[in-house]
Amino acid sequence: MDKVRAGFIPLTDAAILIAAREKGFAEEADIDLELAREISWANIRDRMAVGHFDIAHMLAPMPVAAAIGLSPVPVEILAPMALGLGGNAVTVSTTLYETLGENGYDDSLNPEIAGKSLVALIEKRRARNLPDLVFGVVHPYSSHNYDLRYWLSACGIDPEKDLQIVVLPPSFMPDALAQGNIDGYCVGEPWNTASVAAGTGVILTTKSRLWQSSPEKVLGVNNRFATACPELLDRIVCSFVSAAIWCANPKNHHELASILAEPRYLDQSVEVILPALSGDIAITNRLRIQDPDFFTTFARAANFPWRSHALWYYSQMVRWGQASFSEENAARAAASFAPDIFRRAATRMEIPVPAANSKVEGALTNATAVGAGKNTLYLGPDGFFDGAPFDPEKIEDYIRSQSAIK
Amino acid sequence: MTVSIPSVLLVDENKIRAAIIEAGLREAGYEQVHVIGETLGLARHIEQISPDVIVIDLENPNRDLLESMFQLSRTVKRPIAMFVDQSDQTSIEAAVDAGVSAYIVDGLTKERVKPILDMAISRFNAFARMSRELQDARDELAGRKVIDRAKAILMKAKNINEDEAYRLLRKTAMTQNRKIADIAQSLVTAENLMNEK
Repeated sequence: MDKVRAGFIPLTDAAILIAAREKGFAEEADIDLELAREISWANIRDRMAVGHFDIAHMLAPMPVAAAIGLSPVPVEILAPMALGLGGNAVTVSTTLYETLGENGYDDSLNPEIAGKSLVALIEKRRARNLPDLVFGVVHPYSSHNYDLRYWLSACGIDPEKDLQIVVLPPSFMPDALAQGNIDGYCVGEPWNTASVAAGTGVILTTKSRLWQSSPEKVLGVNNRFATACPELLDRIVCSFVSAAIWCANPKNHHELASILAEPRYLDQSVEVILPALSGDIAITNRLRIQDPDFFTTFARAANFPWRSHALWYYSQMVRWGQASFSEENAARAAASFAPDIFRRAATRMEIPVPAANSKVEGALTNATAVGAGKNTLYLGPDGFFDGAPFDPEKIEDYIRSQSAIK
Repeated sequence: MTVSIPSVLLVDENKIRAAIIEAGLREAGYEQVHVIGETLGLARHIEQISPDVIVIDLENPNRDLLESMFQLSRTVKRPIAMFVDQSDQTSIEAAVDAGVSAYIVDGLTKERVKPILDMAISRFNAFARMSRELQDARDELAGRKVIDRAKAILMKAKNINEDEAYRLLRKTAMTQNRKIADIAQSLVTAENLMNEK
């Protein structure tokens, strides 16, 4: 058996890695998958850089950031597979939730309505000289940061001036919210449900509503490892696809939740883990929603590393001043996602796979059948809540149009 | 032009380890060493202290926060680069292996930061060694208790004295190429199983 060392952060979307080990998919592929729990994304990156990890559960923008030199340690990271679509939410304190209700929020989870009530509230707070609201995200190079900022600015809120965004580790969010250090946060599960269950928070909207079928975590692979062991990497991706299919089956959700609940993984109760998997989610202590698209581990090409996703992250890095735009950087950003590796594995697994490497994000308003060899593959809907599409071919125009509204 | 000694901020929730590193740095002539144990209010501390070098343990969940502060550099007045030097892979490896990371203020030369990081690495390693030795001592103590218990089981079952019981354990350990404590543990486990109702 080949030993493969992987790092992960205790989050529900580490499910594929954990299932690959616990349900024997890695072993079937002759892989001894060693999982190491880490506390910060910086550690995942640094330990990959020095060779402690061959692969890791990773924020999708991290390989992009590393590719354009934003990583403080030199490391090249490839993303040959995505670990699912969606899975995040925006949670606010019960106090903020109540005041948003007084300003027009209607429990719909509609990002536009939620945003409008937030605009109204921010104006009132400003008139009364109250301090800025504080929202938490998990990392500067995270979907959480970009999703939250996208949502706020599309609603007319300047995330740099109208409120304050701070970085906190995922598992610290519920406590920080309960203690009043922050007013809300954007984080992966189970840390939204944890606050709802504790009665200290309310889910205001979900990533699946901000941007449908949107990327979140990827399998990050040390490029040195990818180059040295291409055959082993293929086997890893194949076994992770098997794990993704297993995770997606509703019959397995309970078992998956109990595996994730173990002390060495998430160390949380089954009750707070299950909702993200089943889509049966409590948003307050009395309201539930059914959102089957909340977190997708396999369907709709959920594991395909779209280069258009990598480029969207890059566009947001430019938008928020983390990077400057250049054709060279854009090419590097796109190349950090490796759809070819995934396609090779998918062919071996006989699962449908998109023929293109990129798509116009927001072009599909419904689930649409696309050609994918002999199988049918459904993609999308993949739109942003404000209806603005992202065409990766016109990334400069996109960035320009966004800086205009910012 | 006088070259001032860099001020160091040490962020470590482990009080004992922090004290060991702080002492090391002070002995090496770094008089301005600040230690933060609690993780709340890190941003405020950094703003007040305005350190030249920040040393933080890898197990500290605030590393992501720290990096975002440097990136936005609104709370921290000066831009900050990380680690010693991007090209210095060996230093990075040694640091990560030891469980420490360092962030430095841009403009500080590598030569001036290297001794600080080296000191932190060696003290981190020394602390890890100490903890391991402590754990070994605890294991040994636990092993001795198990051996005593195994001896008692043998003495009762075979009606032999303590020395004979110990010799029997030792002989079995030698023929099976295992540790005496392991043989004793097996015996105690077996005994517990037999007595389970």
